[in-house]
Amino acid sequence: MTMKIGVYLCQCGGNISKVVDLEKTKKFVENKDIEIVQIHSNMCSGAGQKLITNDIENLGLDKIVVAACSPHFHEKTFRAAMEKAGLNPHVLEIANLREHVSWPLKKQPEVATKKANDLVNIAIEKVSLNYPLEQKSFKMENRVLVIGGGIAGIQASLDLADAGKQVTLIEKEPSIGGKMALLTKTFPTEDCAACILSPKMAAIAAHPNIKLLTNTMVTNTSGHRLHFEIEAETKPKFINPNIDMDECLGCFQCQMECPVDYPDDWELGIVDRKAIYVPASLAIPYQYMIDPNSCLHFTEDSCSICADICPQKAIDFEQKPEKLKFTVDNIIVATGYDTIDPNIKPMFGYDKYKNVVTGMEMERIVDHLNEKPPPRDIGEKIAFIQCVGSRDEQVGNEYCSRVCCMYATKLASLVKQDRPESDIYIFYTDMRAYGKGFEEYYKRAQEMGIKYIRGKVAEVNQDPETNNLVLKAEDTLSRQIIESEFDLIVLSNGLQPNKSTEFIIDSLKLAKSPDGFIKEAHPKYKPVDTDIEGVFIAGTAQGPKDIPDTVVQAGAAAARVIGTLSKGEFDVDPVLAFVETDVCDGCEKCINACPKHALKMNSGKAEVDEALCVGGGSCISSCPVQAIDLHDFTNSQMSASVFASLEHKKKDEHRIILFADNASTYRLADTIGVKKMTYSHEVYIIRTPSGSRISPNLMLQAFINGADAIMIGDNISKSSSFPWSKDISLENIKAVNNKLEKAGIKGDRLKYYEFNSSMLKEFVIEADKMADYVQQLSKITDEELNRLKETI
Amino acid sequence: MPKTIVLDKKSVNFLKKITELSGEIITLCDQCGTCSGGCPVIEDMDITPSQLMRMVLIGDQTVLQSKTMWLCATCNTCTVRCPRGLDVSKVAEALRQTTLRQSIDKVKIDEIPKEELAELPQIALVAAFRKLTS
Repeated sequence: MTMKIGVYLCQCGGNISKVVDLEKTKKFVENKDIEIVQIHSNMCSGAGQKLITNDIENLGLDKIVVAACSPHFHEKTFRAAMEKAGLNPHVLEIANLREHVSWPLKKQPEVATKKANDLVNIAIEKVSLNYPLEQKSFKMENRVLVIGGGIAGIQASLDLADAGKQVTLIEKEPSIGGKMALLTKTFPTEDCAACILSPKMAAIAAHPNIKLLTNTMVTNTSGHRLHFEIEAETKPKFINPNIDMDECLGCFQCQMECPVDYPDDWELGIVDRKAIYVPASLAIPYQYMIDPNSCLHFTEDSCSICADICPQKAIDFEQKPEKLKFTVDNIIVATGYDTIDPNIKPMFGYDKYKNVVTGMEMERIVDHLNEKPPPRDIGEKIAFIQCVGSRDEQVGNEYCSRVCCMYATKLASLVKQDRPESDIYIFYTDMRAYGKGFEEYYKRAQEMGIKYIRGKVAEVNQDPETNNLVLKAEDTLSRQIIESEFDLIVLSNGLQPNKSTEFIIDSLKLAKSPDGFIKEAHPKYKPVDTDIEGVFIAGTAQGPKDIPDTVVQAGAAAARVIGTLSKGEFDVDPVLAFVETDVCDGCEKCINACPKHALKMNSGKAEVDEALCVGGGSCISSCPVQAIDLHDFTNSQMSASVFASLEHKKKDEHRIILFADNASTYRLADTIGVKKMTYSHEVYIIRTPSGSRISPNLMLQAFINGADAIMIGDNISKSSSFPWSKDISLENIKAVNNKLEKAGIKGDRLKYYEFNSSMLKEFVIEADKMADYVQQLSKITDEELNRLKETI
Repeated sequence: MPKTIVLDKKSVNFLKKITELSGEIITLCDQCGTCSGGCPVIEDMDITPSQLMRMVLIGDQTVLQSKTMWLCATCNTCTVRCPRGLDVSKVAEALRQTTLRQSIDKVKIDEIPKEELAELPQIALVAAFRKLTS
């Protein structure tokens, strides 16, 4: 099959043609095996595009080269034009004559023309190996998993369900509600937490689009943005739930007769509960359950009173854990937090002294304060110790937990309102009242007579005679040491990631921030996305935050999911890896090389999961038999480009190949052109998706064909879509350097760079530095090249 | 009476010098007071350890006249508790060094009567010579 290549040279209204002698370039092109070459003043204009489409129709062209500006400007334009004329958009190559030739070489027209010829040559050789690629798209359904039934998970689930998504909400506790359900009131408005939360909880139970799984934990996840395979396990509640009113009716009799009194976990042990119980009055689902850790039937095998008296015979001691397996399209992680264990600060004596309690325990104590008598007495003189476990490098937590200043202020205010005679002190390091209404709330607390003392408490001891708690701190404002007795000491302990969050981070391969919470994809622009597509975060799993911020984030995460799923399918750029199955020998080396886990084995051969592949090309150098390749950047296409870039190099000339990553370095070179900055014309730029695409083989081919040096320009790894590229590139460079050394080729001819789009000066300096360096080096001799060829 | 402190080159240089001598980044001090609250000899000090840190930070050289640095026994209670991981005892040592290097005699040996000199323990003499803390 003969190819019909059309080549179009753009004058760019003089931007190119005033420097590059396009007539010479045209002559150069006419010597190549092409169908037609044309010059136009503005190829991107309607008339210019028409030139191409007419030729496609009249001459039957099947490959197009446009020599014009950077592909980042008009690649899309020309692709669209070709598509209209019935050609696949991927049989196009663009020679970047403006940004990479005529602008940086403005003052060297002769050199520019020669380089322009070379660039067009590269494009022609490359395009002759181009082939049609189809846009891939994958179907998505409506299924969303929300992990965690706290306020974040509840809000996200409701938003999603209202938008018609099918939500599965998983909660590890027997009831949803999370930590918010344990709070007495909320700052700074002092709404009753249960009162504002329980309608939302009830809405979850009632919503037709939400499937609620409590007492359930995710045990395994696999898959990707299309199909996350979820495995979960539901722990038994040992009671058949009320379905059609023929099982448990909630008649209360069992609870009355249960002989066990056990610290109520919902109430953090402030009061007792039975072994058969409903988790809380606002529990959703409102269901009786048996706690096997306290029930005598399980602990001593001695009691079955409840089963005997149940009129419905609803109790089933034989219930086993239930394993679940299902598929979802998107996931919202709302696994929440744990409070920091106060025992990591032993000087506060939490485990030694009964009257040292945590902030969360104080929530429950305050909630029961009006009972007569209250289950826990609080005395008159109360101290709050702030920053317990937060902002403390001695326990490895640099971060501020954000909510403690305000929850201490709230608890102190509630006590003071209820018992005006009480004497309350808050020992703080810095008072952080940053939110809406916080400063005003703080001021109201001060107005009520709550005393804020600026000093972190050093230690709490017990007076051996009176058994009273003695607290020691510096009042850093008066520079006096306070050593004083208190009836109750509340430790305002901070927030930390919980075990569920840590499990999900490992299981879904999410990134972690230095504070241990889940890392968002971008702190400013992608605050609810994660590094894994299709997985979003909401609430304190991402970092400490209060209820309003959590609700905002949950809504945002739900909106992102709705947006992602609304198309019903998602598109993937066709620049993806593929395997030549007849070449693949099944060595499996590539499987681990893919950082996106897109490569799997299928009947002894590697296989690319196109829904996971991101087209970075780092798998290519892992394949010993060159069976893996990347569409549009195939080994043969890259080789052809390299060869063409060196084809017309004269003996006395030098040439440096710069493999420039598409996202950063290539665009940087464009900007340098736009700014009319100049760098050595000996540097030839070839586009690559990432540095890691440049396999050792390709580098060796470049040297063998006459390159004097190779530069690999990559995106700065921390902001790159291919953050692994640097390590793989350096590894590849090392391998090539070994071979160069063995062949006796001297010099530091291979260099790796990380560039961002503003490093204009750095780029120019490095390019010129390499050109100077190559000047001083002796040329690679034919003998050395022969030795190098032998090593391959 | 509050005194007026001028934040000039001198104060910056003092902070720099103590930072170098101690190896501690004094500007990290959050002034939380944990060091002072737990200090076992706090009752005999004229300024608290956190105050000492503060004075160095703002370059107030009158900190050198304080007893606090001489009373620090380097028990390291503050060091293991400091939420910013600072070692206050090293700063105290740096301040001691700064004073000692000035070689100022606090006591004139030849003015002490010979009889007394014979009776005084040698360690007390050495301490009085440079420090004169009590």
